[in-house]
Amino acid sequence: MGTARQAAGVPSPLVGEGQGGGEPRRAGSPPTLNPSPQGGGESDLERAHSAAAAVVDPEIPVLTLADLGVLRGVERRGDAIIVKLTPTYTGCPATLAIQLAVEAALAEAGLTAARVDIVLAPAWSTDDITEDGRRKLRDYGIAPPARGAAARSLFAEETVACPKCGSTDTSRISEFGSTACKALWRCEACAEPFDYFKCL
Amino acid sequence: MAASPASPGAHAGGNATAAPTPLFTYVLALADDALVLGHRLSEWSGKAPMLEEDIALSNLALDLIGQARLYYTYAGEIEGRASGEDALAYLRDERLYGNVLLVEQPNGDFALTLMRQLLYAAFMHPYLQALQRSSDTRLAEIAAKAVKEMAYHLRHASEWVIRLGDGTEESRARAVAALDELWTYTGELFEMDAGERDLVRKGIAVDRETIRPIWQATLDRVLRQATLARPADRWMQTGGRKGRHSEHLGHLLAEMQVLHRAHPGATW
Repeated sequence: MGTARQAAGVPSPLVGEGQGGGEPRRAGSPPTLNPSPQGGGESDLERAHSAAAAVVDPEIPVLTLADLGVLRGVERRGDAIIVKLTPTYTGCPATLAIQLAVEAALAEAGLTAARVDIVLAPAWSTDDITEDGRRKLRDYGIAPPARGAAARSLFAEETVACPKCGSTDTSRISEFGSTACKALWRCEACAEPFDYFKCL
Repeated sequence: MAASPASPGAHAGGNATAAPTPLFTYVLALADDALVLGHRLSEWSGKAPMLEEDIALSNLALDLIGQARLYYTYAGEIEGRASGEDALAYLRDERLYGNVLLVEQPNGDFALTLMRQLLYAAFMHPYLQALQRSSDTRLAEIAAKAVKEMAYHLRHASEWVIRLGDGTEESRARAVAALDELWTYTGELFEMDAGERDLVRKGIAVDRETIRPIWQATLDRVLRQATLARPADRWMQTGGRKGRHSEHLGHLLAEMQVLHRAHPGATW
């Protein structure tokens, strides 16, 4: 993995170099916004953030939670460390799986006082998926969602590029696919069916 | 069990001690609408007319049940019970359900299901848009999530109603019959009791009457394209919000609740 990237406009309280991939921090690492009161080395908050950020989506295993943009911050509340996650689709069965995976990752990192809080606001949007995440989706064969989902009009037509050949001569088979987040499309140029990550 | 059925806002389990608050009753009705319609749509799983629609209807069901969970969880918190979500969904009998009659109507044929979707989503989409501005932070947050999903529901139903109405003689006849059968259940979408009106005054709930022109305009646009016409308003069915349901809800709840009631507290 190259340098981790964060999507512009998706601030994270702990954005810094080396987030998302669990990579070792470089010498002279940037100051943390929430330094551990204990000090010394990587703080518990940073470790919790790294552990949670590196968890992969159970249904799209090429995406980490950092790529997906569902990690909404890590904070200390009393003695506990709170990892804040936001759901993608309200009925997505992966939400619980993701929560359990994050709790397991936190436990594995030795952070026994850490727990997960689900937050609803601001509501997740497919615009929260990072540039890195969009590239990974495309490489995986899923067309990334169009930008500006919030501004999309109710009955607008979409132009979607085939993730395999890049052609925009594509047509929608169904707006609903194998998971809550995907629509079924077909490329008219290379004749391949493909998944399109639904805008939300 | 109490001798006389309590109102839909009453606490689960029939051991109500205090009158439910208007906010609890209101949130519960939103939850019941979503859950009952979600359950109805889930009945298409495995037997929709085509694979794509089988998947689509199951996805719609998933969205609605997800939204219902958010409302039930909140209702449980208002009520002060940790077990709120499951108790409210699984341990109330039909007289305690406050959903509108529209959502409990049997699926009928594909045209009826999609017409029901259109009538509901054309109302709920602008309703949720407005609810995002609720002075109740939690409701505003839930609405902000749900409205994005509801946009998909509205578009999906609109496309199908157009396709069926402006389709073959057979599909058009079914769409006409569906609209005729369901229209009488649409009046309830605009009903507000005194408690809800009070919530409207406080900026918590949305005045349903303000949604009517938007709902009508959406229907007119879609139905015109479908070569159908919006029926004239006539006598409208009522009672769902007060717990007086059609015979269909009891059957739906029996199926939905049987596992939880047979094995209380079971987890897997």
